[in-house]
Amino acid sequence: MDNWKDYKKVFWILAAPGTFWLLLFFVIPLAFLFIMSFGGKAIVNGEVSITDYAYFTGFENYLRSVEPLYLQIMWKSIWISALATILCLVTAYPIAFGICFAPARWKPILLLLVVLPFWINLLIRTYALIAVFRTQGYVNLTLSVVGLGPYEMLYNDFAVIFGLVYVYMPFMVLPLYATIERLDKSFLEASLDLGATQFTTFKNVTIPLTMPGIITGVILVFIPCLGSFLTPALLGGANAIMIGNVIERQFKAANDWPFGAAISFMLMFATFAALMIRAFVAKRSAGVDV
Amino acid sequence: MVATLKPGQGPLDYASRLWLKILFGVIYVMLYIPIITLIAFSFNTDKRGVVWRGFTLDNYVKAWNNDALIEAMTNSLMIAFIATIFATVIGAMVALMLWRFKFPFKGSYEAFMGLPIVIPEICMGVALLLFFNFSGMMTAVIAMPWPLNLANIIIAHIAFCFPFVTVVVRSRLVGFNRQLEEASKDLGATEWQTFWNVIVPFMMPGLIAGALLAFTLSLDDFVITFFTSGPETVTFPVKVYSLVRRGVSPEINAASTVLIAITVVATIIAMKLQAPEKSGH
Repeated sequence: MDNWKDYKKVFWILAAPGTFWLLLFFVIPLAFLFIMSFGGKAIVNGEVSITDYAYFTGFENYLRSVEPLYLQIMWKSIWISALATILCLVTAYPIAFGICFAPARWKPILLLLVVLPFWINLLIRTYALIAVFRTQGYVNLTLSVVGLGPYEMLYNDFAVIFGLVYVYMPFMVLPLYATIERLDKSFLEASLDLGATQFTTFKNVTIPLTMPGIITGVILVFIPCLGSFLTPALLGGANAIMIGNVIERQFKAANDWPFGAAISFMLMFATFAALMIRAFVAKRSAGVDV
Repeated sequence: MVATLKPGQGPLDYASRLWLKILFGVIYVMLYIPIITLIAFSFNTDKRGVVWRGFTLDNYVKAWNNDALIEAMTNSLMIAFIATIFATVIGAMVALMLWRFKFPFKGSYEAFMGLPIVIPEICMGVALLLFFNFSGMMTAVIAMPWPLNLANIIIAHIAFCFPFVTVVVRSRLVGFNRQLEEASKDLGATEWQTFWNVIVPFMMPGLIAGALLAFTLSLDDFVITFFTSGPETVTFPVKVYSLVRRGVSPEINAASTVLIAITVVATIIAMKLQAPEKSGH
């Protein structure tokens, strides 16, 4: 690797556009958002203005975001995301495990089949779920043949959780696949040879050795779930609000940008906390990291 | 446990276990049933899209004649096209810089480049909404002729796409043998000739894969576009969102199928180019 000082011109030409773009269209907007989160609506001629804002009015937006109503939504977003993540892990682990032990010629195609839906538009996949689960959908149609239903399967928390699992599964399969693939299979043989059952081997050998993959997958799924807006908006109906929907409401219908900005930062803090946990665990298991 | 094994089945031969096969089948079917029914019912004659009544291409004709839908699709493709060009060039330059140079605070710089990838989309969306509003770009752009009225969305898309291009191109560059560069210079090529005739051809699969990734990311983006588009501009995902809120219609199925076809083809090309046997080692 060259030292940047030896080729200053080349270095700056290569570095300038990307750095400039990210500073101007990412860092500065976030700074706007940060300032806004401490602001409030301006009072013009004794009335609350719709378009003007006063800056640095204090911490009232953050204080409001920890009121019971919003804490409840925050808490609900966390447990919905956690449940979706656990369900993802439980379904993705056998898939990743199976792919690793599948015949070599099957591996790429099985992997591609898991990853392909991820490339299809999130909105279209959610729409496809609606078509399957709505009251006149195919699931209810099938149930009606045996004389059951129709059941309302959409517009509740379970629909949101199912939607999140459906949408983010590939994020879980890939890191799991990467670690299980690198797992030295002779450890499993040794454990089985020494008399451990398949279950004991799985619990005491496979799981601990693939822990880095599990943690990466959990974080990769949990973060987008926590910040999701589309899935709860379309599958959740009125009673399954998550943080993302609260933010959207503040910026669109409710038109309370300062409060929306504060909640956005709460969401970002939660995201960074999750990332720090991942970095911490990665450091402890250095060398086997994905 | 061993007693349950069939003759010829090893203890690690999990792939031949029946329970794993069944589980595989169930999960893959669950993954694909919604998408396959969506595609299948885009060819259905039934208006309500519930029961299969016969094959037709009417939904595609209807979607094609729906001006609002076509306008949204044209906007989306135009945005994706321009954003891809910029994102690929910028992303590749950053990748080259990170690959070639060591400089102070490199770790922090890399983390900074990764921020648009990890930060919740909705936060980036509302931040850009604020920025475009307060800088006056939102009102300035709306008055401009097409496609300049899409400038804000394009700017936003470039900002979240190019870090992905950087990741892809950089992973390609890691495999580059720098002796080739030295050989080129020894044989009298200038720095620029070496770059253009040695490094760029080597980067090419990474560049194409990165560009296709940026294209699909841009084409698929809903959240950031939803916040950065003015009231007048509509992209395909934003249009579908407003339609879906009103209910299911075979026209959306038809338009979605077209989009699925575009993204799947782009993805498969990108994957082929990234496959190790094609990387020229």
